[in-house]
Amino acid sequence: MENVFHSVRLDDEKCQGCTNCIKRCPTQAIRVRNKKAYIISDRCIDCGECIRVCPHHAKYAVSEHFNELLKYKYRIALPAPSLYGQFNNLDNVDYVLNGLIQMGFDEVFEVSKAAEIISDASRRMLENGTLKRPVISSACPAVLRLIRTRFPNLIGNILPLFTPVDLAARLARKAAKKKTGLSDGEIGVFFISPCPAKRTAITNPLCYDGGIISGAFAIKDIYPVLVQTMDKMELQKVEALSDSGIIGVGWASSGGESSGLLKERYLAADGIENVINVLEELEDEKLNDLDFIELNCCTGGCVGGVLTVENPYVAKARIQRLRKFMPVSCNRLPDGFNLDILGWTHELSPSPAMKLADNVIKAMRMMSELRTIEGELPGLDCGICGAPSCRALADDIVRGYAEKDDCIFWAARSKGEELLPVPFRNREKTPEKTSESSNDFEENFLRDE
Amino acid sequence: MDSLRLHYDVPGDDFTRAGAASGDVKRMLKQLGISPTVIRNVAVAMYEGEINLVIHAGGGEIDVEVSETEISMVLSDHGPGIEDVELAMKEGYSTAPDNIRCLGFGAGMGLPNIKKYTDEFRIETEVGVGTTLFLKVYIQ
Repeated sequence: MENVFHSVRLDDEKCQGCTNCIKRCPTQAIRVRNKKAYIISDRCIDCGECIRVCPHHAKYAVSEHFNELLKYKYRIALPAPSLYGQFNNLDNVDYVLNGLIQMGFDEVFEVSKAAEIISDASRRMLENGTLKRPVISSACPAVLRLIRTRFPNLIGNILPLFTPVDLAARLARKAAKKKTGLSDGEIGVFFISPCPAKRTAITNPLCYDGGIISGAFAIKDIYPVLVQTMDKMELQKVEALSDSGIIGVGWASSGGESSGLLKERYLAADGIENVINVLEELEDEKLNDLDFIELNCCTGGCVGGVLTVENPYVAKARIQRLRKFMPVSCNRLPDGFNLDILGWTHELSPSPAMKLADNVIKAMRMMSELRTIEGELPGLDCGICGAPSCRALADDIVRGYAEKDDCIFWAARSKGEELLPVPFRNREKTPEKTSESSNDFEENFLRDE
Repeated sequence: MDSLRLHYDVPGDDFTRAGAASGDVKRMLKQLGISPTVIRNVAVAMYEGEINLVIHAGGGEIDVEVSETEISMVLSDHGPGIEDVELAMKEGYSTAPDNIRCLGFGAGMGLPNIKKYTDEFRIETEVGVGTTLFLKVYIQ
């Protein structure tokens, strides 16, 4: 139980105990118990898929309240590039950045600026040839957690660099301390986030020390206020604050990070199911001819984050329009820069969450039992037992978290088939349509013509 | 001694399902806590073998046994058999037809790769009767 903090939470009151979220969870981390969904902490990767699919809005992501800003003397906003895609008819990023200042921030530091530095660092690391190929992007924290939970074999392929927001926070904090003379505790650094996974990574970064970012505001929460502020803004008063170009802003959508590498042998996949399929193929060494693999859990990339306002494709189209007026890139590292400074300080460890037992012999026995039980279950994956599939129920049973009778089809064998939903009971023959009536239908149909 | 036995029927000529058996074995080995390198070797060798069953033999069967010390796989088919095993073991040699190559298969790396990723490799084949591969990957 190491991942104690999760930004994805359940509102018990709203949850109806339906099976929508358990079915869509990529790590099978949700069960229904006591009529409510229950998230298994070690398995959750905070991807936010359950927030997306819950028809009762019972899943939510924690983020900070605006009052949190008041705790700090100097406040810095780190807007994600995906934020720029949320506004209609925007042709200058400075409107957004000035809007944030008017909302109460003392300074903005674009995450796209740091992204350009990470792009430069990635290019250099790929060139010096020490990385295991294909190199997998480390930008999406949900992908990182997915890999350590379901694809630990691939940990060695991950690009060991800061995410753009982490670098942005470090650079902004350092500059602000120098400029203001304030201490770390007096400076608040807040990310404007498109997704819960990035919020989780703030409190619980896996590969380096945390504590640099003070919190996150969801794009959807900041949007209504920001849009009003921007509407009232006069062109003359818009200060030129933006300091990033096409490469940095491109990180907002899938393929952006890859195109910033200026290489052609790459693959960019988005949407959790596609990401999983690519990781499977990568694990089977079927993608060895590629240099780089960009993976984003959300459809379309970060513009598809569950905390954004706009449809990912619309947001992407808007960013395309914005990029037209931008330089290619505004930021690069000095020659000979020591890349270690931008690198991970801790190794990413595999997560044991899916393992049956620590001891292989014991795990084998459990697996043997699991497969026997799975063979005896109906294979309908109906979810009535509270597990996402018959296989998952069998898994829960061998771990001692569920019982065979949790399956109504199993229970019906001893307790009578009235337990079963009507279509699954053995009833008297259902009345068959006579061939005559079908002829009638055909005749009527033809007559109507 | 304890061991885990699994059996798979591999249908012929259905590329969309090729990889299902090796995928299942891979997922299971991960849950057992077997080392990543061993899992990779088993997954790659078995996937190659599974594809061979589909491309060359019109399907076949795979039996997997996991014990404390090794994972053994037996892949058998009633396909055409291999005329010249030595030639088939050469990298780049393939008898796959063009329509299969169009799909990106048939590069002539199947058997050589299977051998490369396994600790024990034995092949029994008879033209007109079929082929059986006996493979082992050691744990540790």
